[in-house]
Amino acid sequence: MIAALIGLPLLGATVLLLGGRRTNAWGHFLAVAMSAASFVLGAFLFIQMVGKSEEEREVGQHLFDWISVGAFQIPFGLHLDQLSIVFVLLITGVGTLIHIYSIGYMEHDPNRRRFFAYLNLFVAAMLLLVLADNYFLLYVGWEGVGLASYLLISFYQQKPSAATAGKKAFIVNRVGDVGLSLAIMLMFVTFGTVTFEGVDAAVASGSSSTVTWIGLALLLAACGKSAQFPLQSWLLDAMEGPTPVSALIHAATMVTSGVFLMTRMSPVLHASYEFAPTIIAVVGAATALYAATVAVAQNDIKKVLAYSTVSQLGYMFLAIGSGAYVAAIFHMITHAFFKALLFLGSGSVIHGMHHEQDMRRMGALRKLMPVTAITFIIGWLAIAGVPPFAGFWSKDEILLYVYANNRFLYVVGLVTALLTAYYMTRQVIMVFYGKAKWNDHASDHGAHGDFTPHESPKIMLFPLVVLAFLSVVGGAMQLPFTKKLHFLEHWLAPITEESEAHIGETWAYHNKYILLGVAVVVATVGILAAFAVYAKGKFKAIEPKVLEQAWYYDAGASKLVGGPGAALFNGIAWVDAHIVDGAVNGTATLVRNIGGTVRKAQTGFVRSYAALMAIGFVAVLAWFIYRGVA
Amino acid sequence: MNPNNYLILAAILFTIGVYGVLVRRNAIIVFMSVELMLNAANLAFVAAARNTGTLDGLVVAFFVMVVAAAEVVVGLAIIVTIFRTRRSASIDEASLMKY
Repeated sequence: MIAALIGLPLLGATVLLLGGRRTNAWGHFLAVAMSAASFVLGAFLFIQMVGKSEEEREVGQHLFDWISVGAFQIPFGLHLDQLSIVFVLLITGVGTLIHIYSIGYMEHDPNRRRFFAYLNLFVAAMLLLVLADNYFLLYVGWEGVGLASYLLISFYQQKPSAATAGKKAFIVNRVGDVGLSLAIMLMFVTFGTVTFEGVDAAVASGSSSTVTWIGLALLLAACGKSAQFPLQSWLLDAMEGPTPVSALIHAATMVTSGVFLMTRMSPVLHASYEFAPTIIAVVGAATALYAATVAVAQNDIKKVLAYSTVSQLGYMFLAIGSGAYVAAIFHMITHAFFKALLFLGSGSVIHGMHHEQDMRRMGALRKLMPVTAITFIIGWLAIAGVPPFAGFWSKDEILLYVYANNRFLYVVGLVTALLTAYYMTRQVIMVFYGKAKWNDHASDHGAHGDFTPHESPKIMLFPLVVLAFLSVVGGAMQLPFTKKLHFLEHWLAPITEESEAHIGETWAYHNKYILLGVAVVVATVGILAAFAVYAKGKFKAIEPKVLEQAWYYDAGASKLVGGPGAALFNGIAWVDAHIVDGAVNGTATLVRNIGGTVRKAQTGFVRSYAALMAIGFVAVLAWFIYRGVA
Repeated sequence: MNPNNYLILAAILFTIGVYGVLVRRNAIIVFMSVELMLNAANLAFVAAARNTGTLDGLVVAFFVMVVAAAEVVVGLAIIVTIFRTRRSASIDEASLMKY
């Protein structure tokens, strides 16, 4: 049953990739059907799970022994528990919506079948990632989503920028993957097992320093996939891919695999030194603030959302570092809803604007694209933290835990929330309100010339409406008012309870309504500020070049890697070529030269061989006679 | 008769064989010298068997004869083939199998 979850989309991808052009006509329907079937199966398993008692909910499926060499045992097993089912529903649910949307969005693309094959491949890999029962199998899914992400970012392979962006994503992810492989090696050496069960049992008795190293290595891995500082830059270039890909992979699902990994390894974090969670929290807060400041000055409709994603992922890391695993998962779910909605909305805008992505050439679109505008506005209210939309509840939950953990990081979180409200309002005003500016630069459009943006087809609007609905009601999963309303917390309790920070007795918990109020005020200030600047024009917009260029991170990284970095790499290459290879080649040359000298003895004259034999025989005989035979 | 005399004769025959192998170039002569060495060894075996009154030496001598017969067949065949291709039976000229 569990294997079928992964098997269905994998089958879809296989049929589409092997079937070739013959499947062009119906390939996209097959892909949607496979994704939807996987979702239905997931929902069925979920309902089955709800019916069981808490202890029986966790089920495993051992498929076969994958690697079995002495003490080195790796099973190929799947593991479905409360945490993975949440991800399964999210991946297949949001995934199916985005599949449906893509039918419309990719309608005119000649490579639509290939696109759907990759989407299915991604869904299968992501499901393997969340359903694996050991770190090694998780690694397979981890690389699988990396591959699918690479293929989809560089989907428009004829565009050099898309090809480069794909490579960049792959290489930056590889830096993070080093962390995961290091962690797996460390687990093997110290615990002798890589199953979640085995590692969880072993960390309790293991030495704290080793456990901390494993935790930090896994943090590096999570930073790579979840685009946390300093590995965040690939996600921005990933916007080169088709917009549904940005929604599915680079906003809703794949980038949250870092959050998943951290929650899975919560016993490791729990057993490591105090500073490990603090590092996670600081990384998260720094990333959240950094990305939020940059988003303020972006003019590309997708880049704003990309930076916003990085910022929100930083929020989730901040939550995990503060011990708020449930809040992190909660925010991940609501974020998946509203960010997928915003991305799909922006895709609808791009589609309607004939592939124009610059927000300075939009404006007043709400009249021409009413459904897109309304759903986008719902997404905006959700991300800005306006009650009672989903994002408000999850963001507030995180801020509550952060306040209990560290006041300074709480202030950083609040500033980020303010900036989030500000830049999202800016985006909504630039795109949907104000004056229509799409014909100002008509000449740039070439063939298009005068044109009027149009609303997208129904098949694209349907997912928007569903996601908008979820963005409104998603907060009901975990309402802060009474303990009874913490549905998500109760559901995830068997997995997170032990590592979760206990804030029940802190000042923050008793005064949570004050913190709620502060959050609302901050969001309102952000929204009003953006209105004053962009709608009323009362103040001049602050969009310095340094922010537009993302604090020159890419330029700086290029300089660092290209200058001292390249020198270092060249030095290492020189050592490899001259010292390591020199030793190897030197040995070979020495042996060859000796051989060259010695083989001259082989003259080819039979009589000289006979003479040598005779001489040898006489010498041996003389030796025996001299010493005596016995 | 003193058994040492047989051994001395065998040693002389063997040395003549070795000398023949080392100094002659004609493959046929070299071959005959090898035969001489083998028969010198045979003589020593038979003499030793006679001296100790056992059959072991005789058995070995018969073995050597059989092996020598087989070796002659193969060896002569090779020499004939070499002669056909090179029009010469000089073993110094057939020296291509070297470094």
